[in-house]
Amino acid sequence: MKNRKIFARLYLYFILIILYVPIFYLIYFSFSSGKNMNKFQHFTLAHYQTLLQDNRLIAIFLNTVILALLSSLIATIIGTMGAIAISRVRSKKHKQTLLALNNVLMVSPDVIIGASFLVFFTALGIGLNFGSVLLSHIAFSVPIVVLMVLPRLNEMDYSLIDAARDLGANNYQVFSNVMIPAILPGIASGLFMALTYSLDDFAVTFFVTGNGFSTLSVEIYSRARQGIDLEINALSTVIFVFVLVLVLIYYFISTKRGKKARGIMRELIK
Amino acid sequence: MSNRNKILFMIPYLLWIILFVILPILLILWYSLTNQSQQFTLANFELFFHNGTFLKMMLNSFWYAFLITFVTLLVSYPAAYFLTKMKNQQIWLLLIILPTWINLLLKAYAFIGILSNSGLANQFLQLFGIGPVNILFTDFSFIFVATYIEIPFMILPIYNAIKEINPVIIQASEDLGASKWQTFKYVLWPLSWSGVESGIQAIFIPSLSLFMLTRLIGGNRVITLGTAIEEYFLTTMNWNMGATIGVVLIILMVAVMLLTGSKIKRKKVDL
Repeated sequence: MKNRKIFARLYLYFILIILYVPIFYLIYFSFSSGKNMNKFQHFTLAHYQTLLQDNRLIAIFLNTVILALLSSLIATIIGTMGAIAISRVRSKKHKQTLLALNNVLMVSPDVIIGASFLVFFTALGIGLNFGSVLLSHIAFSVPIVVLMVLPRLNEMDYSLIDAARDLGANNYQVFSNVMIPAILPGIASGLFMALTYSLDDFAVTFFVTGNGFSTLSVEIYSRARQGIDLEINALSTVIFVFVLVLVLIYYFISTKRGKKARGIMRELIK
Repeated sequence: MSNRNKILFMIPYLLWIILFVILPILLILWYSLTNQSQQFTLANFELFFHNGTFLKMMLNSFWYAFLITFVTLLVSYPAAYFLTKMKNQQIWLLLIILPTWINLLLKAYAFIGILSNSGLANQFLQLFGIGPVNILFTDFSFIFVATYIEIPFMILPIYNAIKEINPVIIQASEDLGASKWQTFKYVLWPLSWSGVESGIQAIFIPSLSLFMLTRLIGGNRVITLGTAIEEYFLTTMNWNMGATIGVVLIILMVAVMLLTGSKIKRKKVDL
C-alpha cells in the first residue's frame, strides 16, 4: 500500500518535470551569454536589454494584448446575446440546429478555420490586416461564450423574472438587474475562455494576417524558423512570469471568494 | 422578453452564423469544385483519390493523430488516477494547467534547443555512453512534442471523470474479490470512459492541424493533411486543391464524430 503511494507520487513528479523542463530550459538560457541553448556561458541580462530595445517586438506584444481584449469583449457580447436568444427558442428542432451550427467552429481543425476565413475575406475583398485578424478572433471565440452562458440560462429560476415584473420592473430593468447578475459567472468564464483562445491562437492568425500585422505567436514562429535566438528566451521568461502572476491573482481571488461564500452560508444556516 | 427584443438579440448571432460558419464552408466547397479559372470541375477530387500521394498523406495524418492520442492517453490515464488520490489536488491541478497557458510556439521552440544534436536530450544520452543521436526533425520528435503539448488536455477530463466515481464502488469490487486488473477493466475504465472520450476528442482533431510542429520539429518531413492545406493555401497558392483536401478532412471529421457520438472539444480548461 505504502509502495503504491510512493510510486503514484513519483509518477506525478515525473509528469510535472516533463511538463516544466522545456519552460525552465528556455528561462535558464535566457541568462546565458552564448548564442545557443546547448551550454550555459556567463550570466548576462543582455538578451533582456535587446528585448526592451526591440520596438517591433514590443509593438507586436501590445498588438496581441489589444487584439485579445477587444476580440474577447466583442465575442462575449455577441455570444451572450446569442445564448439568451437560443434559450428563448421554443422549437426543440430549431434549438438543436442552432447549437449544431454553433459547434461547427468548435470541432473544426484550426487549419480549416484559417483557410476558410482566408477564402471568405478574399471573396468579400476585405484586406488582410488587423481587421481581418480581429474578425477571425471574434468569430472563433463566439461559440465558447455561448456554451459557457447557456447552462446558466437553463439553470436560471424564471420565477425571479416574473417576480421582478410583478414588482413593476420594466424590460430593461429585468434584463440588467435580474438576468445579467444571474448569468454573470457564465459570462465571466466565457470572457476568460475567449481571452485565452485569442492569446493562444497561432494557426488561424497565420492564415488571415497580412504583411502589416503580426501577433506574438506568428512572430515567434517566423523567428524560430530562422533558428535559435536567445531574445525569444528572454521573452518567454517575461511571458511565464506574466502568466504566473495572472494565475496567482485569479487563484487568490477565487479561493477568497469561495471562503467568503462559505462563511455566508454558515451564517445563514445558523 | 417581448418578441421584438428576442429578434434584436438574435440578429448579431445569426449574422455571425451566416457570415463565419455557413459562408466559409460554402466557399471552401465551391473552391474545391472549381479549377483556377473558376469552371466547375471534379478534377481536384479525381486527383486526390487517384493520386497515391494524397491518399498516403491522409493515412499518414490519421496514423500520426492516432499515435499522438494513444501515447497521450497511455501517459495521462495513470497520472489522472493518481491525482485523485493526492492531497492538495487543487495545487496539483493548477501546476498541470499552468503550462497550457504558455504559448505553444514557445514550447515548440524550447524543443528545438532540447532535442538538437548537442542539446539537453543528447547530453543526457551521453551519460549512458550513447553518442549524439539525431532526434530533431524525425517522426519521433514530432510525436513526442505533440504528446507533450496534449498531456494536460487529456489528464483533466479523465481526472474529472474518475473523481465523480463513488469510491464505494471500487471498494465493493475489491471486497468481492476482484483482482486489481479486473477492478480496472470492469469498473474503473468503463466508469471513467466519458472522460477518456472527451480527452480523445480534445486531442485527435487538433492533432491533424499541427502544421507548425511539422515545420519546426518534424523538419518538413512529416507531411500531414494540415501541413498540406497550409502549403496549398499559403505557399503554392493553389487554393482549389487546398480546399479539396479541406473538404475531405471535413467529411472524415463528420464521419468520426457521427461514429463516436461527439461532444465538443475544449482547448482550454476552466480553472
